Amino acid sequence: MSTTSSQGMESMAPSNPQQFKLSGLQKLGLAVGAFSILLILTGVSGHILLSPNIHFWFILGSASLGVLIYAYAVYSDSDPGIKNNGVWFYQLTNRGAAAWVLGIVLTGFYVLLYWYPETLGLGTGQTGENTGLVAVFDPLSQALKGKPASQWFVYGTLYTLAILIFGGKFLYKYRHNKYQIWRTISVMFFQLAFAFLLPEFLLAMDLPYNDFKNMWPLNYYFFDGWNIKQMMSSGTLGICMLVWGVAMIFIVSPMLTYFYGKRWYCSWVCGCGGLAETAGDPFRHLSDKSIQAWKIERWLVHGVLVFVVVMTLGVLYSFFTNEATNILLSRNFFVIFVSISGTTLLMWMWLDSYRFRELDQKAKWLSTGIGVFLMVVLLVSHFSGFNTLYVADISGPLRKWYGFLIGAAFSGVVGVGFYPLLGNRVWCRFGCPMAAILGIQQKFFSRFRITTNGGQCISCGNCSTYCEMGIDVRAYAQKGQNIVRASCVGCGICAAVCPRGVLKLENGSLDISEKTDQKHIQFVREDEVRVLH
Amino acid sequence: MRIVIIGNGISGITAARHLRKSSDHDITVISSESKFFYSRTALMYIYMGHMTLKNTQPYEADFWEKNRIKLIQDHVSEVDFSSKALSFASDRPAMNYDKLVLALGSASNKFGWPGQDLNGVGGLYSLQDLETMDKYSNKLERAVIVGGGLIGIEMAEMFHSRNISVSFLVREKSYWDHVLPQEESEMVNNEILDHNIDLRLETELDKIEDNGQGAVGSITTKEGQKIHCGFVGLTAGVHPNVGFLKESQLEIEKGILVDKTLLTNIQDVYAIGDCAQQRHPNDGRRGIEAIWYTGRMMGELVAHNILNPVNPLDYNPGIWFNSAKFFNIEYQVYGNVPVDLPDHMQSLFWQDDSGKKSVRINFNQKDKSVLGFNLMGIRFRHQICERWIHHGTSVEEVLSHLELAAFDPELYKSYEESLRAKYQKLTGQRISQKSDRRLNRVLEFFKN
Repeated sequence: MSTTSSQGMESMAPSNPQQFKLSGLQKLGLAVGAFSILLILTGVSGHILLSPNIHFWFILGSASLGVLIYAYAVYSDSDPGIKNNGVWFYQLTNRGAAAWVLGIVLTGFYVLLYWYPETLGLGTGQTGENTGLVAVFDPLSQALKGKPASQWFVYGTLYTLAILIFGGKFLYKYRHNKYQIWRTISVMFFQLAFAFLLPEFLLAMDLPYNDFKNMWPLNYYFFDGWNIKQMMSSGTLGICMLVWGVAMIFIVSPMLTYFYGKRWYCSWVCGCGGLAETAGDPFRHLSDKSIQAWKIERWLVHGVLVFVVVMTLGVLYSFFTNEATNILLSRNFFVIFVSISGTTLLMWMWLDSYRFRELDQKAKWLSTGIGVFLMVVLLVSHFSGFNTLYVADISGPLRKWYGFLIGAAFSGVVGVGFYPLLGNRVWCRFGCPMAAILGIQQKFFSRFRITTNGGQCISCGNCSTYCEMGIDVRAYAQKGQNIVRASCVGCGICAAVCPRGVLKLENGSLDISEKTDQKHIQFVREDEVRVLH
Repeated sequence: MRIVIIGNGISGITAARHLRKSSDHDITVISSESKFFYSRTALMYIYMGHMTLKNTQPYEADFWEKNRIKLIQDHVSEVDFSSKALSFASDRPAMNYDKLVLALGSASNKFGWPGQDLNGVGGLYSLQDLETMDKYSNKLERAVIVGGGLIGIEMAEMFHSRNISVSFLVREKSYWDHVLPQEESEMVNNEILDHNIDLRLETELDKIEDNGQGAVGSITTKEGQKIHCGFVGLTAGVHPNVGFLKESQLEIEKGILVDKTLLTNIQDVYAIGDCAQQRHPNDGRRGIEAIWYTGRMMGELVAHNILNPVNPLDYNPGIWFNSAKFFNIEYQVYGNVPVDLPDHMQSLFWQDDSGKKSVRINFNQKDKSVLGFNLMGIRFRHQICERWIHHGTSVEEVLSHLELAAFDPELYKSYEESLRAKYQKLTGQRISQKSDRRLNRVLEFFKN
């Protein structure tokens, strides 16, 4: 081997070999699918095909047909199995021009949706009648709840369609894998039934809008005064919503996470996860696996968590000031409850040093500092008789910025708009406060882990490459270590793409305290030779 | 002390990492192939577009500097063992070492076929081989692959991924039938055919013909059949890459001869991985085992032995295991699974209806102790199988607890009952299920 020919090898990535040009059927699928995007765009500009109803069904039909034709063209050629041929060769999935165009179109759509809904045709002025794209969705909205569509109805419908259509594609792609099949059916079901249909039916019956699977802090307005009041004034069902919402946070979700890890939510139930796993699946390999990215992830996602906690405390503080009706719903009770539970959590972290052995000292001190600061502010304000926490009040800047930065810009514009550039789980990994809480539970209190199969790892890197959360799975697998990471959403793709059968998602209680330890001994030890890792 | 390692594959890099873990010596790794360590077994996935080269590198670029492992990309042209000096193909000055580790890897076999050095003829071992394959792949209509082993089938899958027709010449009666028992071998034949590969069993290459421009135009088989093609893949095995050391004092047979502690005949010089040949192989093992896992084990062991010269450990790779993937069929093997069963050995074989999954359990006919597992399309737990084989657990005990070994993803169909039924058919003995697939059961098993 000569050194000269190998100098250029570091960039070795066969770039778009001619065999990876699109086939005729793939092109047809793309064209039919693109027609639906064209219809959405003409809808925005107010040009409707025949009638809103027909226009709507054409969007739905061409999108479904296009994706299904494309999926058939790509995945039907051979036996069921891993279908990642050419992923790094296609422009769309390798940050090529097509990816940028798609990213910009998606981002633009989100900007219009959040901040300029009237450009999409949302009714304004005296008549308030919808025009353009929003009007296209009026017939469906009327059929479901007897009211005209809003921009959020348009978004919800398109979002659900995306999960269902690309879910179909994903099911076909992974038709050999039962875990993937059931997981995908689950996210499709929860999106359609719980996120889309049920809330619309509630509205039709003049009941408060409620997505029963969407809990605080992902649903950051759950504890807003208006939301609590609305639920409390909607009879038994409203009270049930309130109780269920609180129970989800404190009982249901910790229990499910204890038994199965955060995957029960993030890759089986959640809508953000649902879109990421279906429409976002072609971009999963674009996540950044570097140690640097992991560092940024920890700062960002936990930062957002602190942000939402502070904001929620402030919102609840003024709610209790204004709405205290009995002892259980008094500010007194609230402040004491928060102080006691906060102190308990912090003491647990310091005293149970074995369980938290992997937690960095700096992280311990930082969380203690933030916790103590918040409790002091809360207690001082309360006993000094302040009625609101000002900065963190519902009308305060913290809330406004959270809504803008996190609720809209991060979760929507960046989270979905940047799928083709940064991967499909940017929001879930760097921004979602729900994922942060579940992640802490998963890391320290869950039976879930990914086990590795003895010494069979060949360090090929498929697992790390296709980890949408940017976990360097291989780093653990090649050492024969269990993988217990806060960010793992349990999608199971690492185990699916492993060509040597090395990874398995498992739950076990027997070794729950030592599951992260490096249990598997090295091949060589000072005192003996052992066979395995 | 300066330790120099030639070769940055899995053996050399494992050695370097373990040397650094337990010492502060000066460590240098030299390779002419690539700047950074990448996983050789993942070469096929780069070609198929599943991964980039960077994806196949297990350590980030700054890992080496952080761990003070010096990397040199150059070709060692000569080793002067008496003065402990290396010289390079480039104008880089010669370099001295205190300890030398040879982790030179393999080179593809060529058997003197006419035309074997034409353009468009290549193996699949190095990055440069991959570059050649890629270069000749554009507008390629047909490739011929010669040699029915693991690399041959990988190459077939690679071309298949780019819609290039493949003629696959296999000398044996059935694919890899000197390693796989007949049933498994036939499953792979079918898998190959299912992918529209032109599989030609019992066919050997006679010569490779020029297209008139110094490149491959066609090949002729020993039966005189001509196949037009633009690329010929030579995948008839590999041999230790020791050519440049043949004339030295180093004792070489096929590979560099090493004792149990991986030391060569020359003091302070060790050989590991594909290029090493055990003077006294362990029972039931071959002198040269050019596989990933043994390379990794030797890397660890050589690090230990360099750092503990007074109490070196013997190489003992333990119970045999390996794995591969034949298109969509994963393959795992643990223990002893010979092609022809010796008299004392019996085999329990079960295959599912699709013909894409199977389990084989070999056991001793007399005392029923379990000897080996062969899995197709099904994943078994390495540690459990090993424990059973190591303890000579009876096949009936194994069958009743077979769920412990299951490593397929959650929700996958269970097959354990079918195996127990098969055993009953074979021996008349009814076995009842005593375990389930839960991880807690597995952990309990290991705690006892």
